[in-house]
Amino acid sequence: MTLREMQPGQKARIEKVDARQPGVVRLMVLGLIEGAEIQFENAAIGGDPMEISVFGTAISIRKQQAGYFSVSPLVSNG
Amino acid sequence: MAETSTIYVPVEKIGIRRRVSTTLAIIGNPNSGKSTLFNRLTGLRQTTANYPGVTVEKHSGTVQLESSAIELVDLPGIYCLGGHSADERIAVDVILGRMADTHAPSGLLMILDATQLYQGLYLLQQLMEMQVPIIVALTMTDVATAKGIDISIEVLQRQLGGIQIFPVVATTGRGLEALKTALESVAESAPPQVPESWPELSKTADRLIQQTSTPMQRIDVIQALLHPDSFHSKPLEQQLGSQFVTDSRYALFGVEPPQAVEARHRYQWVRTVLGEVQRQAPMLERFEAKTLRWLNRPWPATVLFFAVMALIFQAVFSWATPMMNGIDAAAATMSAWVAAHLPAGAISSFITDGVIAGVGSVVIFLPQILILFLFIIVLEDSGYLARAAFLMDRVMRSVGLSGQSVIPMLSSFACAVPAIMAARVISDRRARIATILAAPFMTCSARLPIYALLIAAFVPDESVGWLNLQGLVLLGLYLMGILGGLTTAWLLKRTALRGPKPDFAMALPEFRWPNLQTVSIKLMDRVRIFLRRAGTIIFVVAIIVWALAYFPRAGGIETGMQNAVLQVESTLTGAPLAEELLRIENEAAAAQLAQSFLGRAGKFIEPVFAPLGWDWRVSAAVIAGFPAREVVVAVMGTIYAVGDKAEVTSLVDKLRSATWPDGRPVFTLPMVLGLLLFYAWCLQCAATLAVIRRETNSWRWPIFAWTYMTVLGYTGALLIYQIGSRL
Repeated sequence: MTLREMQPGQKARIEKVDARQPGVVRLMVLGLIEGAEIQFENAAIGGDPMEISVFGTAISIRKQQAGYFSVSPLVSNG
Repeated sequence: MAETSTIYVPVEKIGIRRRVSTTLAIIGNPNSGKSTLFNRLTGLRQTTANYPGVTVEKHSGTVQLESSAIELVDLPGIYCLGGHSADERIAVDVILGRMADTHAPSGLLMILDATQLYQGLYLLQQLMEMQVPIIVALTMTDVATAKGIDISIEVLQRQLGGIQIFPVVATTGRGLEALKTALESVAESAPPQVPESWPELSKTADRLIQQTSTPMQRIDVIQALLHPDSFHSKPLEQQLGSQFVTDSRYALFGVEPPQAVEARHRYQWVRTVLGEVQRQAPMLERFEAKTLRWLNRPWPATVLFFAVMALIFQAVFSWATPMMNGIDAAAATMSAWVAAHLPAGAISSFITDGVIAGVGSVVIFLPQILILFLFIIVLEDSGYLARAAFLMDRVMRSVGLSGQSVIPMLSSFACAVPAIMAARVISDRRARIATILAAPFMTCSARLPIYALLIAAFVPDESVGWLNLQGLVLLGLYLMGILGGLTTAWLLKRTALRGPKPDFAMALPEFRWPNLQTVSIKLMDRVRIFLRRAGTIIFVVAIIVWALAYFPRAGGIETGMQNAVLQVESTLTGAPLAEELLRIENEAAAAQLAQSFLGRAGKFIEPVFAPLGWDWRVSAAVIAGFPAREVVVAVMGTIYAVGDKAEVTSLVDKLRSATWPDGRPVFTLPMVLGLLLFYAWCLQCAATLAVIRRETNSWRWPIFAWTYMTVLGYTGALLIYQIGSRL
């Protein structure tokens, strides 16, 4: 599954980033890299762009780029 | 002999300005509380200038300490060093002392946001590799505590090789004294030990340095390795050959982009450090956090965005009215006083119609501009502008731009000049130029005077449903500006600036209450700039226009008037006489203006603007407004005041009674709407043209922008007038 398919409020860990795709490096510099635990917070109307939080910082990411991040869902303990 | 006495004055009572001994640079992530801390440390002792040759603003200020003073250079907020944006480049150049007119800093003050250690430590790690002394100010500790984040400063310090860390709360000033004391000795402290998160990179860099013939800085070699196909890599490739550098790169990064590999290595280190340093206590989500989260949901957020925009426009127009009436009354009183105390003639006319009317008609808009800038600054400081960019990304994408263009465009509602400079955060060159050319379409504060005047004079103050018709016309003008700008960007992105769609990756800062000091410092800065313009450019233009409207005086008209006066005085008495005298005087004044330099220029150009329904007076005012559009109202004030010296009536009444020679009113509704649209679309601002020239580094774009917008404004006004007059 990719970040693109996540549901609002869902948590996941990033497993693999396709760094060679356009627009991905800048997101990696902001901290979206393998091993990071993320949460899908909100989206704009239409679901695009998405708001992802990583270590307490919210980052905006477009659906197209979200498709380049493979994630594994984490079971929420709350 | 007078007895001498000694007066003792405590040292602190004398305004001692200690000599600046060292320069430090302050650096940190965007929204890390950097500006707040900078303002807190320097107070009002700061200056804003531009770095030579580039468009990044240079903020610097002085920190007064116990026994010395320090110059503090505020670097732009960035996430990493050595990227492609101007901001990131400047940071490296300033730190290494390569920037002309800026002292090489003897150390760095790094701002680390306690709620965003993750990104902060990434930048800090890069800075530590530059081998300059660093101390860290840990900001937002209060916010972090409220969120249940527990940070062990001792452990962090140990992990960072003993770097000094000072927790501060910039808003209240807690921890500031300890930080100030430490600032004095930063320069003497040794550069930090680099945490070896990626030994291979440093080793490769050191190996390459040994092979170069002219020595290079280690950071430059690292940047060259990390950024192929950029200005960073050229010096190294020239020395060692591009194939050799490419091979070294391949050994380090494989086939992936170097920066991606860098991010993996550095964040791995950051996560290890965070694991030791930071504990997140389980927290019940508080009411505010819940509310904010709900407000960030798609529909509430979008509704809120439009509500905020509506509130701003409402405020600009209704809150400012009492203040504006006050300024208007004061100007009228001054004019009346001068007219009563000075003999009629050139000097009296100069002071009342030139100086007071000219400057007064600009200063009157200060309340509106103040309110508008206040809102923009508060939105920026609270982090809401980034949220707006997020919400509007989809819309901007449809015209080939990204959400990054929203911030310059929103700022453009205050003034296009800082907005065009704000476009430098856009990494994609084509998107940046398209944004720069769209920004001047947004309704800036300088357009408000003419909008306010014409709407108040010619749009009925009626209600349409629960909306006010005047407000509706104003809203329409704002929408026409947005429409013009977005269409322009769309057209450009399909023709001259065709290219791949720009990406959109940005951090969304949390909402935070704006800091009073930061907001007031920024607001005072804007007001100062506005008043300086009103006091210089606009004042000078108003005076020149007055002179052009007053001279040359035709002797024939004067004698003609005196003869006519003698004639009516011998035939009439009482009220009819006074009425007739007034009529003669007005006609003489109008005749004087018609043959003045300005009148002649207006008449010369009148045929060009006649299809738009403008007479020579409107044409003259429009021509005079090309250097700076805010003078138009002043020019109209002068033109109509000079033409009617009988009594002080407001400009609105004068415009309403303006007629063509055959008695038809000049200002019909179609003509006024066309004139308004002309102002919405026309680029009447020399400062904007200059900043476009500087930002795009070519004359091509300002010339294009001016021609394009003038033609567009003319055509729009022509269509509205011609169609509207036939309805």
